[in-house]
Amino acid sequence: MSDFRLSIGLTRLFCICFVAASTTVHGQEEIEVPGIWDEWDVSGFLEAEVRGFLDSPKYARQRGTTGLSLALEPEFFREWSDGQWAFEMTPFGRYDGVDSERSHVDLREFYFHRVSDQWELRFGVSKVFWGVTESQHLVDVINQTDLVENLDMEDKLGQPMINVSWVTDSAGVFDFFYLPYFRERTFPGAKGRLRWDPTVDVDAPVYESSLEEWHPDVALRWSNTFGDLDLGLGFFRGTSRDPLFTPQVAPGREPVLRPVYNLMSQLGLDAQWTRDAWLLKFEGIYRDGRGQHYGALVSGFEYSLYGILNTSADLGLLAEYHYDSRTDEALTPFNRDVFAGVRLALNDTQDTALLAGGVFDHNTAASSVRFEFERRLGDKYFVSLEGQWFANVVERDLTSFFSDDSFVQLALRRYF
Amino acid sequence: MKHQRLLAFAIGAAAALSVQAELTFAPNETAQQKGLKIAQAVDQRDEGWGDWSADAEMVLKNRHGQESRRLMRMEALEQESDGDKRIIVFREPRDVKGTAFLVFTKKVGNDDQWLYLPALKRVKRISSSNKSGPFVGSEFAYEDLSSQEVEKYTYRFLREEELAGQNCYVIERVPVDKKSGYTKQIAWFDTSEYRNLKTEYYDRKGELLKTFVAHGYQSYGKNYWRADRFEMINSQTGKSTALIWENYVFTKGLNDRDFDKNRLKRAR
Repeated sequence: MSDFRLSIGLTRLFCICFVAASTTVHGQEEIEVPGIWDEWDVSGFLEAEVRGFLDSPKYARQRGTTGLSLALEPEFFREWSDGQWAFEMTPFGRYDGVDSERSHVDLREFYFHRVSDQWELRFGVSKVFWGVTESQHLVDVINQTDLVENLDMEDKLGQPMINVSWVTDSAGVFDFFYLPYFRERTFPGAKGRLRWDPTVDVDAPVYESSLEEWHPDVALRWSNTFGDLDLGLGFFRGTSRDPLFTPQVAPGREPVLRPVYNLMSQLGLDAQWTRDAWLLKFEGIYRDGRGQHYGALVSGFEYSLYGILNTSADLGLLAEYHYDSRTDEALTPFNRDVFAGVRLALNDTQDTALLAGGVFDHNTAASSVRFEFERRLGDKYFVSLEGQWFANVVERDLTSFFSDDSFVQLALRRYF
Repeated sequence: MKHQRLLAFAIGAAAALSVQAELTFAPNETAQQKGLKIAQAVDQRDEGWGDWSADAEMVLKNRHGQESRRLMRMEALEQESDGDKRIIVFREPRDVKGTAFLVFTKKVGNDDQWLYLPALKRVKRISSSNKSGPFVGSEFAYEDLSSQEVEKYTYRFLREEELAGQNCYVIERVPVDKKSGYTKQIAWFDTSEYRNLKTEYYDRKGELLKTFVAHGYQSYGKNYWRADRFEMINSQTGKSTALIWENYVFTKGLNDRDFDKNRLKRAR
């Protein structure tokens, strides 16, 4: 009953926000007053999301089977001197009706950018993506995962950095990163779903470095294109973005898992070979840190069938294999797994697309199936529906904690 | 000063004359030879532009007249030995704002193509073998908007005829690439400036699929002709797409650095 009332309240709040967003845009169109924002490119979105879980919660304190959530991500951009200087600021905020750990704010982007003939300098908070594969991003080490946003690990927290990019004529691009501050991974709280048990205590991280989150990390990357081949080589030295966990039991308190952030070095290689309708992909890493020396790889293909069944629709077939030398003790769901999926793009005016895939552990038979459907509504709205099922989970697989957390999630965005 | 200007004018006029000389055909030339000669003349007439940029608005209309709009910015850099380099950045619809394509077009074989996804900050090399697929849901296929290289077709001269008050060469061109969505195209080029005024596209069954018409040609830079408006009408589905060009700037001094993967990430 109280859940129901909360939903009504949130729906009302969501309506107010949407109306507010609409009126702001109308206001800008009707009244043209020259002001300080004229030089700024302002855009972004407001999102309302409803999540429904198929089963009741597995763990004590987890609340309910439905949840409503609101997110806002405005972007402010400006450039000077014909694009030689640029500034971008993108704050992000989410309010979650169930899990206070999922309610969070972050500065996704806040940087100055300077471009000259062969050099680029970026100074501030930003996001960097490395890699080529779809089901796991092994070589991508610069940004921390914003895990409460989405289990797919593709949402990232803003990373403070100084990035110098040297673009040579034919020897490729060399990137140098100085990363002065570490961001902790976000984890669901006790009331939230899709969590471990015991919960992760994000207020009590353990660092290997005595400088804790102020350990200066460095990274280098080289990338180049040779005909059909795109190649990247990356090195990282610093605090690992992937935590280990240590249980903490204190009398009179609930047990928790403390995230442990060790120092590590990582060497990563990514390659993609593109020929006709084929994309062949490879990512491999070697990681060396406290008590852990291991290699991991993900490799596979993407093949596209264009104009299927005499329509404009394209069907992409994807398969990727995951290997991790740590086998089952690896704190990754991907140790001896196979990913297979399809991507359907209707190529219509509304950009309707469907992605469906599954990860199967061929040692434990644990599997997880996921789908994402998306479509634009009109010019400014965007709807997405996604769901994930966890099946055959076994106790020693990481996903076993999510055995009762199969869910469907509907999100509506209003872009401005 | 006056002399200088006069001299510049004379050189300009001479240059213009040299490319605008009317094509002459020998009596024993075959229709294929004549067709190729016209295609080469069209290609040469548009050589040397260096670089250009423009804003483009696409209006997609379905059978019921419902409209959907896209706004994008396009930039192109001419290459001496191969097809040109291009960047296309989307501004609207808002959900794809900042999404950008980098294309290295090839005279022969598949183009090299990269896609930038701003939400993930990811640059992805993508397959370019989807020639016949619709460009962003419009009636323009990728191959319609790719750079029109002489090597991409075989040609046949059909006739000379008047279109919209201008004398035109009418040629048939058959795509070399088997993945093309067309069995043939019939194209109209005016005999004085070699501008593509109209093209008919015939589908794999040999039936008329689409008709392209260009309106409002204007001269830019050193006398390069660009249309204000393209129309592509699909006669089989009743759908149409208008492509409206604005803010053409020629020879701004763009270079290879404006057409690389780093640039793609900050293109707006």
